Amino acid sequence: MTMPEAQPLEGRPLNAEPLAVDPPVLRVANLAKSYDLPTSLLSRIARRGDKATLRALDGVELQLNRGEILALVGESGSGKSTLAKILVGSTAATAGEIEYHGAPMPARRGKDDSRRIQMVFQDPYSSLNPRLTVGAMLRELLVLHSIVPAKQVREESKRLLNLVGLEEDALDAYPSQFSGGQRQRIAIARALAVRPDILIADEPVSALDVSVQATVLDLFATLRRDLGLSILFVAHNLAVVQHLSDRVAVMYLGRIVEVAETAELFRNPRHPYTRALIDSIPRMSAGSVTEAFQLEGEPPSPFDVPSGCRFNPRCPYAVDACRTTDPVLETVAPAHLSACIRASELTELAVARV
Amino acid sequence: MTDPLLSVRSLSIGVTRGSTDPTLIVEDVSFDISKGERFGIVGESGSGKSLTLRAIGDLLPRGVEVLAGSIRYNGTELVGMPRSSRRKLMGPEIAMIFQEPMTALNPVVRVGEQIAEGPRRYLGMTRAESMARAIEMMAKTGIPDPVRRARAYPHELSGGLRQRIMIAMALSCDPRLLLCDEPTTALDVTVQHQVLRLLEDLCDDSGAALAFVTHDLAVVNQTCTDLAVMYSGHIVESGTVREVLSDPRHPYTQGLLDSAPDFDRPERPLIPIPGFPPNVASRPSGCPFAPRCPFVVEACRTAMPPMVTVAPGHGAACIEADRISRELVAR
Repeated sequence: MTMPEAQPLEGRPLNAEPLAVDPPVLRVANLAKSYDLPTSLLSRIARRGDKATLRALDGVELQLNRGEILALVGESGSGKSTLAKILVGSTAATAGEIEYHGAPMPARRGKDDSRRIQMVFQDPYSSLNPRLTVGAMLRELLVLHSIVPAKQVREESKRLLNLVGLEEDALDAYPSQFSGGQRQRIAIARALAVRPDILIADEPVSALDVSVQATVLDLFATLRRDLGLSILFVAHNLAVVQHLSDRVAVMYLGRIVEVAETAELFRNPRHPYTRALIDSIPRMSAGSVTEAFQLEGEPPSPFDVPSGCRFNPRCPYAVDACRTTDPVLETVAPAHLSACIRASELTELAVARV
Repeated sequence: MTDPLLSVRSLSIGVTRGSTDPTLIVEDVSFDISKGERFGIVGESGSGKSLTLRAIGDLLPRGVEVLAGSIRYNGTELVGMPRSSRRKLMGPEIAMIFQEPMTALNPVVRVGEQIAEGPRRYLGMTRAESMARAIEMMAKTGIPDPVRRARAYPHELSGGLRQRIMIAMALSCDPRLLLCDEPTTALDVTVQHQVLRLLEDLCDDSGAALAFVTHDLAVVNQTCTDLAVMYSGHIVESGTVREVLSDPRHPYTQGLLDSAPDFDRPERPLIPIPGFPPNVASRPSGCPFAPRCPFVVEACRTAMPPMVTVAPGHGAACIEADRISRELVAR
């Protein structure tokens, strides 16, 4: 498959206002999301007041800079998908602020606000309507958001398909006629149709075969370069993350525990959880695995977050203070944040490279 | 060299539904697994790797059948054996671990009870003995507080614990051969790491052989001793893990290695394999990889290349295997 030269989108209103210092395109502070689970009728009659509360996100701090690919990694239940959903506006946060280009994002987003942040889902088999042709899918968006005049809709749809590396004859085909990799391209074209400046991709390549993954990863890199998109890339495969992203944010149990530039984070992790993740990656080079750092157990339930540092029950470096102090995300090196009270002592965590 | 524990010869699997002309999904697959060996079968979706494994376990989906070839276990032919005698042999000796523990476990039976069922049926244990065995197996697989957890239902446990329950169940009768179908794909990385370690340790302790199906070359690299690479229903390359991954001779194996990011070499650009795998119903004649292959020559399109030995114990089904090795060195 050949990748046609992508043209930059014209008329993007945001490029019109140059600023002295670029504020981050997206910034969240103190973001929290909790779900109250319904209690059973019986316990309500007995007036046992202990309501079960699931804390999916608890004090998330993160910023996405213009034109960067920021990876969000973490295990299932860490809240990374919840964060993605909140950012894209499909669910509301319980507390906290979201700033878009330095201005607060309204809690109820209008059509134009929601247009600017678009999402690509994990499974291209379930995220595309099987009964709409690709053309109809794109037309719907182009018309609803008045992106181009009605006469140019078909032209614009073709342009979008070329942008993601598909042929124009795909317009009249249904999703079932495409392979997984092609479907993911269609999903990306759909996200780009409304000219967003932020793309949130939730595990966009994990459902694809390895040989196809590379072409879709390339596409993300190309789109970032040619369209100046800012991309939040939610993933669990650290080898993919290392390949694609500029910065990495590590999540554990509803909170960001470490943020740094990609090379720095993988060479010089300053949070024990990050180090454990790195050591768990299956490697291609024999002998590059250290046995020294194996985690016991599994992430605790978000219903019952441990007191103190939420990682302390699994952390081999935990001391008494870790069980009482909840560490905040602090700068430990230039552009490197870690939420660990022992971060300064943990320079020996440095990963030996082969 | 002793007789292999499992010997698969010229195995073909296909869909027979209604037609006189069956669609072949797996074609002419042969491999051996010896005692204590850890054998990885690697391929992408649709390569036939899972069906090959399921054929060994007599677990093919309805409508899919073994059409030709032989599967010998410890010298006994399994193909064509009556189902009841095959089940009797397989209960204690061949066990399987599935990818998704939530769908493989019975949701309405307590997990301890599910583990105890095998030993009771196949090892003639009493109810009390088999429950004790279940709890012992749960402790062995690293499940904390096994006595209490044995009374849990599958939905009450996390993904990692459920996968451990499946492993405990599979190992409860001391099998000689353990069939694993992507056992860690649904798990988080830190848990995947623990489960792979556990599988290795338990196989080392009991001397069980492992047939391990996965799409992840790095997982095979860390878990297996030998591997076969499957593409479009054929084994295209096989040998020891060290040999095949350090000196791949089939362009598909090479393509897989080039297209996947390698954590230890972040600067290396990814080179995707162009095109898509062929549809099973319309496979090209000749080598199925020919349409995507950078080394293709005319002869590739006429007949499926035979498996040639490129080094002791290392075979590749490619007529250009020697040239490919040289080009690799040149790079």
